[in-house]
Amino acid sequence: MSTDAVAAIPGDTLRERIVDDLRSAIGDALVDSFVRPGDDVWVRVRTDAWRASGLALRALGFDYFCFLSAIDWMPSPFGKGEDDPTAPTPERDDTVTQGYAGGDTRMQVLARVVHPSLHVGVNVKCDVSDADPVVESWIPVFAGANWHERETHEMFGIGFAGHPDLRNMYLPSDFEGHPLRKDFPLLARMVKPWPGIVDVEPLPGGSEDEEGDAE
Amino acid sequence: MTSTESLIDRRQLSYIAAQAADARLNVELETEGMTLNIGPQHPATHGTLRIIARLDGEQVVWAEPSCGYMHRGYEKLTEVRTYPQVTALVNRIDWLGSFANEVPFILAAEKLMAIEAPPRAQWIRTILFELSRIANVSLFLGDLGVQLGAITPVFMAFRDREYVLNLIEGATGGRFHPNFDRIGGLKEDLPAGFIDETRVVMKKLRNFCDEMENLLFGNEIFQSRTRGIGVIPKDVAMQYGLSGANLRASGVDWDLRRDQTLPMAWNKVDWKVWTHPDGDSFARCWVRLQEVRESTLIVDQLLDDIPSGPVMAKVPRIIKVPEGEAWVSTENPLGEMGYYVVSKGDLGPFRTKIRSASFNNISIVPWVLKGVYVPDIITILASLYFILGDIDR
Repeated sequence: MSTDAVAAIPGDTLRERIVDDLRSAIGDALVDSFVRPGDDVWVRVRTDAWRASGLALRALGFDYFCFLSAIDWMPSPFGKGEDDPTAPTPERDDTVTQGYAGGDTRMQVLARVVHPSLHVGVNVKCDVSDADPVVESWIPVFAGANWHERETHEMFGIGFAGHPDLRNMYLPSDFEGHPLRKDFPLLARMVKPWPGIVDVEPLPGGSEDEEGDAE
Repeated sequence: MTSTESLIDRRQLSYIAAQAADARLNVELETEGMTLNIGPQHPATHGTLRIIARLDGEQVVWAEPSCGYMHRGYEKLTEVRTYPQVTALVNRIDWLGSFANEVPFILAAEKLMAIEAPPRAQWIRTILFELSRIANVSLFLGDLGVQLGAITPVFMAFRDREYVLNLIEGATGGRFHPNFDRIGGLKEDLPAGFIDETRVVMKKLRNFCDEMENLLFGNEIFQSRTRGIGVIPKDVAMQYGLSGANLRASGVDWDLRRDQTLPMAWNKVDWKVWTHPDGDSFARCWVRLQEVRESTLIVDQLLDDIPSGPVMAKVPRIIKVPEGEAWVSTENPLGEMGYYVVSKGDLGPFRTKIRSASFNNISIVPWVLKGVYVPDIITILASLYFILGDIDR
């Protein structure tokens, strides 16, 4: 079918079709998918098929590389860093729940590619195991993935097999830790207590007023 | 289309052939290489971008920008802030077009909350967005001259940008960091006299564009320094995720203002997306010039029929965003700026991925600088147009 004919398909049907096309290209490597009506499409692929799914998406015409990053789904053990340092540490929920298209691991790699003539994007995720946080590099698929993978490696500690040069982009090369992981504290809040604790006053009418203006 | 494509092919081929001849000559002469450090503090890098270039004679064999001199960790900081507080942070990403940075984040939060700003707020948002673009890109046009040794354009650009900044200041209270966008609408309505004043300023800016086109773009030195220099073909531009004028200058007809449905007012007016088939430095500058002019026309049309009504939808006083993930990107002055917001139903985002335009636009530098001559490094960097805060975030 020509691009013009495909472009005439209404949004959600088109997004469903993209998922079907991708499934027929990579088979059961596509683990899960999610289409948010009128909005966007998410797919989750098997970790060992990360590069293959990138190549399959390119073959489907998704030529525009938007970004590549990662998400750490673990709730932060430090909350928002707004606790009173003299009080005992409050209990926090530490269950890991993944977002759209599910997942099994704490960390996931996330990338977005866009079809330049259909103007439809796909968010691709894949699980990254804690024991061996390595996925295949996307550089053979999109040369532009280079810097994004360097950034993700630096910020999340995820390795990219086949990347020629995973140097740090922002931090000194001897920096320890991965700042965007949730278990890395925001040091500014650790060094000095958050001044906002003393500023907070309860709103007039208490918590019931919270929804008061909504209809 | 075929004639222009074959023209690019011919240009590409002759460029490649010239480079191959130079490479052969270098192998014969076996000249020794040297490493040149440009920056981090250098007048021609507008900011603290450092370029490390390995040279062979006058030619670059390898180049790599060194980032991180301005990394402020906004992605981490958003995780400890509430949604309304985040706009104050993201204002500082691309500091020349601050209002435009706020819009995609607010739209992402609104998308998750399933609310929409009232029509008047959408209109004013679009007007301020385009004013940010005009202020931002007009400075680029002035700066471009400085990079090539022409001093006059920068004075003209600073003079005329001031009119636009006055408008933004009048409406929002902030010249550079408006912090004016709110979830569900805007902080305030437009001040009295804004519409008439804006019409006058838009006329001045169109004159500025004409002057610039005559003064700079028609200049022989400018043309010889930019035409055929730093050519980025279409497919390479797409692979690196180049966006905005850099992508359109490579012949890709793609503008996020036109090609996606957003609750903004761009699709309510008539305007044109400018592209250029060449993909060289000249094309990138030329597309930007046309876009400033087009933006003034968009603003003029939007001023004609601003709907009346409130500028704020009904939203709860304490904003909690329902659980979910949302991606919203807009066509910012520098290119595609997007936010991937993950919400866990809390007061603040769980994770925000900030996709800034300059990061992708500059990631092509190692590729595009390979084989160019030293003076061209500066013109190519200038034509790619980046803001340091937009690379490092």
